[in-house]
Amino acid sequence: MPSSRLIERLSRGEVMTIAAIDRAGLDPETAQRLHELGFDEGVDVELLHRAPFGGDPLAVRVGNMVVALRLSMARLIEIAPPQNSQPDSPPVSPPAL
Amino acid sequence: MNAPVTNPVVALVGNPNAGKTSLFNALTGSRQKVGNYPGVTVERKAGRLPLPDGRIAELIDLPGTYSLTPRSPDERVTRDAVLGHLNGEKRLDAIVAVIDATNLRNHLRFVLELRRLGLPMLVALNMVDLADRDGTQIDTERLAAILGLPVVATVAVRRRGLADLAAGLAGVLRGETPAIAASPNSDIALLQREARAITNVVVTAQGAQRRWSQQLDGITLHPVLGPLLLAALLFFMFQAVFAGAEAPMDWIAGKVTWAQAALTISLPAGALRSMLVDGVLGGVGAVIVFLPQILILFFFILLLEQSGYMVRAAFLMDRLMARVGLNGRAFIPLISSFACAVPGIMATRTIDSPKDRLTTILIAPLMTCSARLPVYAVVIGAFIPATSVGPFGLQGLVLFGLYVAGVVGALVAAWALRRTVTRGASPTFLMEMPKYQWPAPRDIGIGLYQRAKAFVQRAGGIILVSTIVLWALATWPRPPADWNRPPLEYSAAGRIGAALEPIFRPIGFNKEIALALVPGMAAREVAVAALGTVYSLQGVDENHAEGLIDRLRGTWSLPTALAFLAWFVFAPQCISTLAVTRRETGGWRWPAFMFAYLFSAAYVAAGVTYWTAKALL
Repeated sequence: MPSSRLIERLSRGEVMTIAAIDRAGLDPETAQRLHELGFDEGVDVELLHRAPFGGDPLAVRVGNMVVALRLSMARLIEIAPPQNSQPDSPPVSPPAL
Repeated sequence: MNAPVTNPVVALVGNPNAGKTSLFNALTGSRQKVGNYPGVTVERKAGRLPLPDGRIAELIDLPGTYSLTPRSPDERVTRDAVLGHLNGEKRLDAIVAVIDATNLRNHLRFVLELRRLGLPMLVALNMVDLADRDGTQIDTERLAAILGLPVVATVAVRRRGLADLAAGLAGVLRGETPAIAASPNSDIALLQREARAITNVVVTAQGAQRRWSQQLDGITLHPVLGPLLLAALLFFMFQAVFAGAEAPMDWIAGKVTWAQAALTISLPAGALRSMLVDGVLGGVGAVIVFLPQILILFFFILLLEQSGYMVRAAFLMDRLMARVGLNGRAFIPLISSFACAVPGIMATRTIDSPKDRLTTILIAPLMTCSARLPVYAVVIGAFIPATSVGPFGLQGLVLFGLYVAGVVGALVAAWALRRTVTRGASPTFLMEMPKYQWPAPRDIGIGLYQRAKAFVQRAGGIILVSTIVLWALATWPRPPADWNRPPLEYSAAGRIGAALEPIFRPIGFNKEIALALVPGMAAREVAVAALGTVYSLQGVDENHAEGLIDRLRGTWSLPTALAFLAWFVFAPQCISTLAVTRRETGGWRWPAFMFAYLFSAAYVAAGVTYWTAKALL
């Protein structure tokens, strides 16, 4: 299992936690907007959909929100398996499809 | 300073998908005034809210924003208004922070940021019914205690909690809220964590969220089904615009003809009667007749916006938009431009990258706006047989083809612009996808009324003035008694048309078209009114819509008609669009460029169509 994982590699229903955001790769405004949309270390993420015509952008569940973002930005977000006692991120069952 | 009894000013503030406008509509009903902030083109919506203590609050619906760090003119208006230094806005007496109960963690972060301002404030915990249905329970009293602010549970779309909100607001305005210990945090990540911590305390039961919303996304965002569904929706929308509007249009056309006949009987023959019947009623009537189509189009766009589907469309389209150097966010202004380029161009304010925004503004007029529909409708009605191809009408298919031509033209133009005049860093795409919602009929109704009113006001004045001017040009100077050709050819308009004809002759346009294009500069649909005036003044038929169609059929060749349609796919003929472009880009440079490039494209497209059709037919 690789030590650092990317959102785009997540399989359906797999829930991970944001380990780090590479803010150096972002202009300050975009970094701020990421936080406004709920991205932060310790928040749970799940890959929901890939867009047609090449799988970019992605639709990601982050906390309670669904956010659309391009692959180039999703690659600046490092994820890790969730810790069990994660009070910030109540478990959410994956949609039954 | 003495304190006269003034109406307190209260603003609704919240994230873009908190249901703020629904709450505003529920609180103020039809008592709304829509205007503009001076100097910026951001819409100002205000309404009156009666409070239980007898006072009447002036309620302002500020543009939705995620924080007080603005990235767009809309968000800047909200920040300046709550900070109390917005030009043209009164100082706020209180804020109502509208938050989505199903998205407490993120929306509370903004409440914490707003609380730091120290203004009297009340929190409207909106969409509690949806949280309830998810199985999420929120301890409202605990939340109020932690925030030090009154919290009122509301369901805007079902008008629940409105009386509580008015009562709470009256209390807040009387200064009943205890002093607030503002959060020491100012950094967004710290506020975010504080909000999450509060959420964990006040949410007593956490349900599985938005399950059906996510299941629906499984279809709408499906790699194959999603684009098919989008194409089908757009196709259905345009079929409905054309077919569904038929009966009311016939009715309006009948009324206009009736009014013209009544005026003709009751007024003595002369210049006044001629002006009222042919100039005013003929011109405006020929345009008002298309209001049903415009209303149907606005209705669909409102439905797509308010259901949350519009953002999904942006998601589906982002990849294709990226290929021509745009992003999915531009899809919403461009779709709005199908109704009218003016609100479309104004909607580009949500695009944060300046280059991207400019490109979107420049291509917005290529989206087939509803003002082109009258032109298309008349020419299609005259030249395309009303037969069917499979389950679809041929006329509808041709109309769809014209829309597609506009979209393809826009994509090519964007591709070329991004490589030349608006070259620059590629923008990114980052957007919240709100949960799906049943649009509330009240919100659709109010939105439809406001948009239709703005459209009629904008179009109505310009059309009235230009049809009267055209009528005068087409009437004077009067020909001498021994003139045996149509009087129009002797008039000023006839001479302008004759002077312009050599420019348009190579692309198959006759003198009447050349003449109609001049007043058509005011707004595209005026070209129809102008053709109506031109041909009816030539004394054939007083009945406009059908009369004009018959008249064109007898006068124009098919290649000319097709060239005319091709011209209108690109034609830059709309003073309002150029004016709003000047406002949004801060000068005449970009509207001038827009006019030049669209005129060239229209000329080439019409010419190619004319000569190709002539060679083939």
